[in-house]
Order: sequence, then structure tokens, then C-alpha cells
Amino acid sequence: MKLQTATSLALVSVLEAAGHPERQVSASDIAAKYGVSIHNLAKVLRELGRAGIFEATRGAGGGYRFDGNAKRLTLFDVIELFEDISARSPEAGGADPATDVGRALAQVLAEIDEIAKATFRSITIDTMLKMVERERAAQPRAA
Amino acid sequence: MEASLAVRPVEVRDLDAIIALDAAVTGLPKPDYWYELFHRYGTRGRQQRFFLVGDAAGEIQGFVIGEVRDWEFGSPPCGWVFGINVRPNARLGGVGTRLLEAIVAAFRRAGVTKVRTLLARDNNLVLSFFRSHGMTAAPFIPLELDLEGASQ
Repeated sequence: MKLQTATSLALVSVLEAAGHPERQVSASDIAAKYGVSIHNLAKVLRELGRAGIFEATRGAGGGYRFDGNAKRLTLFDVIELFEDISARSPEAGGADPATDVGRALAQVLAEIDEIAKATFRSITIDTMLKMVERERAAQPRAA
Repeated sequence: MEASLAVRPVEVRDLDAIIALDAAVTGLPKPDYWYELFHRYGTRGRQQRFFLVGDAAGEIQGFVIGEVRDWEFGSPPCGWVFGINVRPNARLGGVGTRLLEAIVAAFRRAGVTKVRTLLARDNNLVLSFFRSHGMTAAPFIPLELDLEGASQ
């Protein structure tokens, strides 16, 4: 499954901010760390602010702070702010849904999408942070 | 809650509280089912079946049930958790974690190195709970056949 760029940026931003809830994050910090467009990222952060997941602070040193419940907020909650993955495979990958083959293919793709959605709904930001920590611990330390 | 909680094997006197907890959560009282489970999983001397309760000062806060299953579809013996529940008022207090840790310890003592479970796709609460404890998708796909709609 491939997520849209804005969705991926949102997930990265939420994980960066939720990993350090006492700190503010800025678009420039995240853009520099992940090598992404600051323009696109700024739009994503504003959307997360509108959704109440981030709290915006203005002025010098301003930025965003995570303002959600990491144990309840799921990947799906963030994803659905930016794209509708429920409507991902309505047409059997291009096959005509008016045909038997098209409908049968649509059934298989819908099954895959349901599993993907259930996976996103079952993983909270807190669980993701634990996974990030395990990945960090598994990496060899820099000399 | 967590500090005062004792996790211990179920006893017959716990069944009324377990039946009530299950009925409150599922909306469906099933006393016969729970008595049957008690006889299969709760009586002493079981080496591979575990039915544990979380007890806080004599009040049942939750339960967990599981067993070691051997060689299902070629899979080496593994621990299966097939029931876990915590009183709604006691959630987010670490009861579920203590219950899961206890049954995982029992599985370890039984010699298995994997723990599995199976949940409805829309059971987000319990799916999230297991995920938060490091469980990930297993290399299996559950399948079902609708006998009402299946061709003969």
C-alpha cells in the first residue's frame, strides 16, 4: 500500500512531535531531518493543528506541539485527515465493474483494503513510538 | 490499581463475577459457556491450559484465558490467548497488561516461544491493546466459509 505524500508527512510529523511532547517542532526541523519540502510540510502541520492533534505556538521560536492522546490516536485517525483509503479500490484496478471479472477482482481488492484499514486502526501513536524505540535500539551505535 | 492487583488461577467462586463482566461487555449472558470453560481450563493440574483472573481485594477486575496448541497446520506449539477482558471502570490501570504478562509467563514455562491470538477486524480496542504489547500480524490468514451462501 502506498500513501500519498501529505499523509506520509503527517505521520512523520505526528511521530516526531509525539516522541517529544514537551518540545515544539517546526516545519524547518522536520523538513531538514527527512529531506522534504518545507512548503508541503507547513500545509500538513496546519491541517494537523486544525484537527486538534497539534497545538500551534506563534512568535519567535514558535512551532507545533503534540496535543493528542498518543494511547488513543491511531494511524488511521491521522491518515483519514489526508486521504480516503476507504475509497481506494472501487474499480477492480481498472477492470470494468459491470463485468463478472471486474466484480470478482473488486472483491479481492476490497478484502485487501479491509485488512489494511484494520491494521491502521489497531496501531496507536504510542505503539508506533515503541516500535521506533525498538528500531533505534536495534541499530548499531555510531563509533 | 496495578499495585494491589493479584493475578491468580480462577476459582469457582469467581465465575459469577466473570459471567457478569462478560455479559456487561458483550450484552449476552452465557453462564453455561463459562462453567464449561471453567471445567476445561480452570481446574487444577492443567499443564497447557490457563484461566487467570485479576483480583483486587476480592473483586474480579478481569480475566485471561489461553492454552498451548500443538502443530495446528504444521505450526510448532505456541501459546494462544483466546479471551481477555477487563472491567470497563478498571481499564487504563494496567490490569490487562498484568493479565497478559502472567499468561505469557505461563506459556514460557510451558516451553513455547510464540504467542498468538485472533480478533475481529473491528475490535479496535483489544487489537490496539495487543499491538501495544508488541504483537504484530502473524504469518497466517484466517479464512471462513459462509455455509448459507456456499454453493453445494
